[in-house]
Amino acid sequence: MRLFLLKRMISTVLTLIVASVVIFVVLEILPGDPASFMLGIHAEAETLAALRAQLGLNQPLSIRYLEWIGGLLTGDLGNSYTYDVPVAELIRDRIMVSFPLALLAITLSTLIAIPLGVVAASQHNKPLDFLIMGFSQLGIAIPNFWFAMLLTIVFAVTLRWLPAGGFVGWDAGIIPALTSLLLPTVALALPQSAILARVTRSSMLDVLKEDYIRTARAKGVGYWSALWHHALRNAMIPVITIMGLQFSFLLAGTIIIENVFYLPGIGRLIFQAISQRDLIVVRDLVLLLSAAVILINFVVDILYALVDPRLRGFNDG
Amino acid sequence: MLWLIHACGDSTMVKQLKEVLQDGLYNRKFIIGSSITLLFFAMALLSYTWTPHSVEEINIAVKLAKPSLEYWLGTDHFGRDIFSMLIFGARNSVIVAMVAIVIGMGVGVPLGLIAAAKKGWIDETIMRFNDFTFAFPALISAIMITAILGPGSVNSIIAIGIFNIPVFARITRGTALSLWKREFILAAKSAGKGSIQISLEHILPNASNILIVQATIQFALGILAEAGLSYLGLGTQPPAPSWGKMLNDAQTFIHFAPQLAIYPGLTIAITVLGLNLFGDGLRDVLDPKLRRSR
Repeated sequence: MRLFLLKRMISTVLTLIVASVVIFVVLEILPGDPASFMLGIHAEAETLAALRAQLGLNQPLSIRYLEWIGGLLTGDLGNSYTYDVPVAELIRDRIMVSFPLALLAITLSTLIAIPLGVVAASQHNKPLDFLIMGFSQLGIAIPNFWFAMLLTIVFAVTLRWLPAGGFVGWDAGIIPALTSLLLPTVALALPQSAILARVTRSSMLDVLKEDYIRTARAKGVGYWSALWHHALRNAMIPVITIMGLQFSFLLAGTIIIENVFYLPGIGRLIFQAISQRDLIVVRDLVLLLSAAVILINFVVDILYALVDPRLRGFNDG
Repeated sequence: MLWLIHACGDSTMVKQLKEVLQDGLYNRKFIIGSSITLLFFAMALLSYTWTPHSVEEINIAVKLAKPSLEYWLGTDHFGRDIFSMLIFGARNSVIVAMVAIVIGMGVGVPLGLIAAAKKGWIDETIMRFNDFTFAFPALISAIMITAILGPGSVNSIIAIGIFNIPVFARITRGTALSLWKREFILAAKSAGKGSIQISLEHILPNASNILIVQATIQFALGILAEAGLSYLGLGTQPPAPSWGKMLNDAQTFIHFAPQLAIYPGLTIAITVLGLNLFGDGLRDVLDPKLRRSR
């Protein structure tokens, strides 16, 4: 296990380094001069020179990369050009919206999907199975931002039960804050749960065919007990894989959903930073998002090893 | 001798196609899915010859009109015909999703074939590159691309295409690896064929079923991604109508013209549902073993 952990840690760190180099190079080299990119084509020479000096563009590329990484490691992400505040501060405020939103969405989708998948598998080829799979097909086909708009039309515009958008902030109290995150959470969770329910079902169907389930039943274990205690744990491996992969889609979904509901989160920040050509913020945020995806995949791999000791054995050789 | 092999190849292909269609007639998913998919392609083609109104025709006098004989689904805030815009949007979606698949398959399939044929460090390098690309969802890579090149449909095609590459590379490699262990490949090897020749002549044709099914799934995902990008204003630019852009416009009027949000979203959902059912049905039809085991 220790060797496996070490190997995975090294490859995760390497992937993080490659990701940072790619993001840096792509955003620094391709557009030509970042300063003129940020200021637009009508910028005056003096302003350009000043910004170039401020951004440290007169230094060689490798030094600038190392300075950026050094800054990241010490928590100094540079200053936002448009907001004129440290990027770290901007991110800290916004992450307080995006992180709880992503967490709530993942929790809700798991709570919906796993029971639905288990029930569908236990009712294989019966009406309830078809109903659940029908729901899943629909959930996959509906774009989450359109679902968000439908939720707004029903619950905010017509019934007026919930706010149509905006975030009151955590200072206003937990209940009002959670209320403003309710519709975005549901909108994000629907497509995720549709996919997850499908994976849970097919994984459960595979496991239920195994001999040890028959043995457990023969020993007198009840059907539902065999399902929950014996089958589900083994069926979780592909489910965890998909949850890990879904995390990157969830981040992408957050960018769109935050824009639908005007939530001041990371997704909206990155979007605003692009339209304001604030390259420093874009660079930091893209790295932050990719790092989150890479780290989650690392955690998923570790979870595998914990759920299924056989995988550990393989990697230890 | 060569002509015989070619003749055999053709007749088996025709036979296979016939079998697929015959089996397909008994598969509900295949029938519903292929009907919706055909309708969607027909809409896209129709946009080249006819739309009830011009999609760029602005007529403020009839803005936000209710559905009528003149405007079948009503008009938007500029008085443009919504039905015409939906037809035109289908063309836009087809082009973006299709070209993105061509990019994904064009790069991903050769990478997967090479990885499976050469193994060793080449395989390792390709798969690590693959994992890395996979870490960037289409939207995040699109954001980076549009940050550099500016928004537009070409850039959204590139972004979705890049996202498709690792998907096709992974599935091609997996299928190819299992095919390399089969006896007919061993026979080809002992006949003195090189790994590239075997990959092209034997592996690729045998992997084509799986690749076609994956392509329909990626097509549906491409349509969703394009809609998302256009909704954010990073994809197709006005005045060209796109389903995502129509939803973006609709959001501004959500309080007093919610119907604007219904049609484009419903069109996207039905199209994607159709493509997914078509992909599912096609998989069942192409692989009867899988169908029986379900």
